[in-house]
Amino acid sequence: MLTLTVNGKNYEFSGDPTTPVLWFLRDELDLTGPKFGCGMAQCGACTVHIDGVAQRSCVLPVSAAVGRKITTIEGLSEDGDHPVQKAWLDNKVPQCGFCQCGQIMQAASLLASNPTPTDEEIVATMSGNICRCGTYPRIHKAIKAASKSIAGVEYYTPEKEGENA
Amino acid sequence: MSQYFDMQRRKFLKSSAALGSLVVGTCFLGAAPRALAGVLTPPSDTAKTANLFVALRPDGIVEITCHRSEMGQQIRTAVAQIVADEMEAAWDKIVVIQAKGDPKYGDQNTDGSRSIRFNLQRLREMGASVRYMMQHAAAKRWGVEPSSCSAVQHLVTHTSGKTFTYAELVSDALSITPPEADALTLKTREEWRYINTGMAHIDLQDIVTGKATFAADVRAPKALVAIIERPPVVGGKVKSVDDTATRAVKGVIDVVSIPAPTGAPQFQPKGGVAVVAENTWAAMQGRRALKIEWDDGPNGDYNSESFKAQLLETVNAPQEMVREKGDAASVLANDTDKLVADYYMPHLTQAPMEPPCATAMYYEDRVDVWASTQNPQADMETVGKMVGMEKEKINVHVTMLGGAFGRKSKPDFSAEAAYVSMKTGKPIRVQWTREDDIQHGYYHAVSAQHIEASLNDQGGIEAYLHRTAFAPIASTFAEGANAPFSFELDLGFTDNPILTPNLKLERGEAPAKARIGWMRSVTNIFHAFAVQSFIAEAAHKAGKDQKDYLLEVIGPDRVLDVTTQNAKYNNYWGNKSVYPLDIARLRGAIEKVADMSGWGRELPKGRGLGIAAHRSFLTYIATVVEVEVSDSGELDIIKSWVSVDAGTVVNTDSVINQTQGGSIYGITTAISGGITFDEGRVQQSNFHDFRVPRMSDSPLDVEVEIIQNGEAPAGVGEPATPVYAPALCNAIFAACGKRIRTLPIGDQLKA
Repeated sequence: MLTLTVNGKNYEFSGDPTTPVLWFLRDELDLTGPKFGCGMAQCGACTVHIDGVAQRSCVLPVSAAVGRKITTIEGLSEDGDHPVQKAWLDNKVPQCGFCQCGQIMQAASLLASNPTPTDEEIVATMSGNICRCGTYPRIHKAIKAASKSIAGVEYYTPEKEGENA
Repeated sequence: MSQYFDMQRRKFLKSSAALGSLVVGTCFLGAAPRALAGVLTPPSDTAKTANLFVALRPDGIVEITCHRSEMGQQIRTAVAQIVADEMEAAWDKIVVIQAKGDPKYGDQNTDGSRSIRFNLQRLREMGASVRYMMQHAAAKRWGVEPSSCSAVQHLVTHTSGKTFTYAELVSDALSITPPEADALTLKTREEWRYINTGMAHIDLQDIVTGKATFAADVRAPKALVAIIERPPVVGGKVKSVDDTATRAVKGVIDVVSIPAPTGAPQFQPKGGVAVVAENTWAAMQGRRALKIEWDDGPNGDYNSESFKAQLLETVNAPQEMVREKGDAASVLANDTDKLVADYYMPHLTQAPMEPPCATAMYYEDRVDVWASTQNPQADMETVGKMVGMEKEKINVHVTMLGGAFGRKSKPDFSAEAAYVSMKTGKPIRVQWTREDDIQHGYYHAVSAQHIEASLNDQGGIEAYLHRTAFAPIASTFAEGANAPFSFELDLGFTDNPILTPNLKLERGEAPAKARIGWMRSVTNIFHAFAVQSFIAEAAHKAGKDQKDYLLEVIGPDRVLDVTTQNAKYNNYWGNKSVYPLDIARLRGAIEKVADMSGWGRELPKGRGLGIAAHRSFLTYIATVVEVEVSDSGELDIIKSWVSVDAGTVVNTDSVINQTQGGSIYGITTAISGGITFDEGRVQQSNFHDFRVPRMSDSPLDVEVEIIQNGEAPAGVGEPATPVYAPALCNAIFAACGKRIRTLPIGDQLKA
């Protein structure tokens, strides 16, 4: 029996310990924000935070997440008001929206560790997340906007934004 | 009178059946084209009014039914914008209900960039009829002339200043005779408050909080998960299967054989073996443990290298005439200095971010399906055939689509889910993996193009010959078809805009040894690549500026009717008087984008600008790409500019977003290695070897300008894609002098 901490709550899991976190979240907890896009950490649609850092949940076994804080898009903020989410709304980033939870989690993680990334740092960090609708110019712009609001107000801290256990 | 369409409008339908709501729909009768022929049946008497277009509830809330699938083009928002604008509804009182599959809506096939084109007029009329009824209900109550009452934002106001809210008028309106379409006054363009604005789309908040429901997010019914091992070769069959190890995997519940399809592929499942499990991981493990021997069948010899040679051989020999003017053959035969070029593009796959997925529950008398489908009526038909039930008994719920690009018009995945549910008696979610998506798709056709031109003393095109050959979509519907449907030629081939005294277009044949489908912009992609690349090559040969030469060869403003040149041309099923092939608009797009991009400006060494223009899905579009190519051959796309003339547009921000995205989708054709086959098997399997554009491949700025006018609405989702690769390759040539005729670009810049 494994104990996993997701969005501040503890859950027991008695299934296969090699199960990727993605399928634990989706199939066991019905947390469907993290998406299945490739199953081999190629596209980033499944991105969640592990102790505040973006990781691909489709290749991370649950056994490796024990004792660590898993945060999904559902736990990123109370009301969808994380600065990155707000920037996504302001810049009307999404088209189909399927990859966007992963994009947002990746961007939130980037800004948590580097609140004022350069253009190149944004490209380098975000190029692991595929968007087939091609919203990259808007994603880039939204991250710059979120960076402004975060850097100008306060640093993003996981504890304040719902990542506390 | 109809401003946009030459269609038969007849009457509106009204009912008080739904909880005292005022319900208005439109009804088409008579000889409308097949795709438009939908007849509204009597309204449902259930509490939900989801099978009607618009309902004004007694509490004032407006329920608008969206019968088109949402896949990122924001059609749900656009439909609401149109109806709410004409009915003068307050935006915060709008609720959009996603329609199930039902022929009564008419065409629901959300591809071909035509949702607005088919529906703008009728949705406007429906909204306006509600506004009319509000005005007349208020006038009756007050005993005044309807013309003295105005309806604005959910409120009817008399000239005296007294008011009624829409909610207060609902029951009165039930006794008002709905107007004939001709009695309606639609708003003028100046009066629009929602249409032609860039208002935020209605699903944004759900998307950024993870609440939007895509196919795999459907949680009721609680389904078992099925993962299917399909024959690696199209037409292949299971010879033997050993599922012992599979059944031993914890969580695996059943193993179900899926029958091989018969005849043309159509939308039938490929067959194979389904592993049914309690959860996705167990199903994946179970599939991995299957031991299957395949009988490959006649397509087991499919090899992309030899097929390429075959296509190039075809286009280098005379083929069947598609369009002809003058005598191109003899002019070209006498020219010892003619320009000759062959172009080649591999198969591609749509690869939407959400792999195909559907949930189904089979009952004795019906099947319920939840699917990310572009065409729920195709699901009804395909599922019905698969389980042996009439299509009317198949309930298809449409979820949000995580991208589609043509793949999800082919509902083989829904039929798989229904079949496995029938065999197990359980609700089943069939989940395709990325490997399944890449290896079992309906592929964009592999193609070869051959173009020759004879230039006159001024550099103009005196004679032009173009041959095309590709594996046709026709083969998906007619077993063994080698020749394309004429619509496959219409897209960027038959409608070539070059003005020359001698022109000949020919098409070759090619067998399809894979399932062929349509991908965003379809055959426009390779036709525009060849034509727009060739024009730039001819410009270079003539020593002229690319943009000036492009304008020169397409010639002066005129309407081009290719049917006067021995051609058949269907014009995207668009009426030619409403949607003529208007060279003035193509020129307008070129001039606009040249202006936007500062065409002709001085560039540093290694930089170049390329241009391409094209009409697709009745929209005129032109793109300029700026690139930098380093001495070692590294390509960097600096920026792109796009001008788009789609006639009347509904959501300006969606048009910009689709045009930006369609451009970046076009990068796929340039950088992806494509889908290749050996021994009938797809050689790619996931995003590591089927390359799609990432942020690092894309320009961070795609500047889009909408050319605003009052022309009939045309397509938006697709047109930005075909122009991208030729504009990019023309820019590469300008930057470094290397001409790309074979895609992907691959290592060609490094040679």
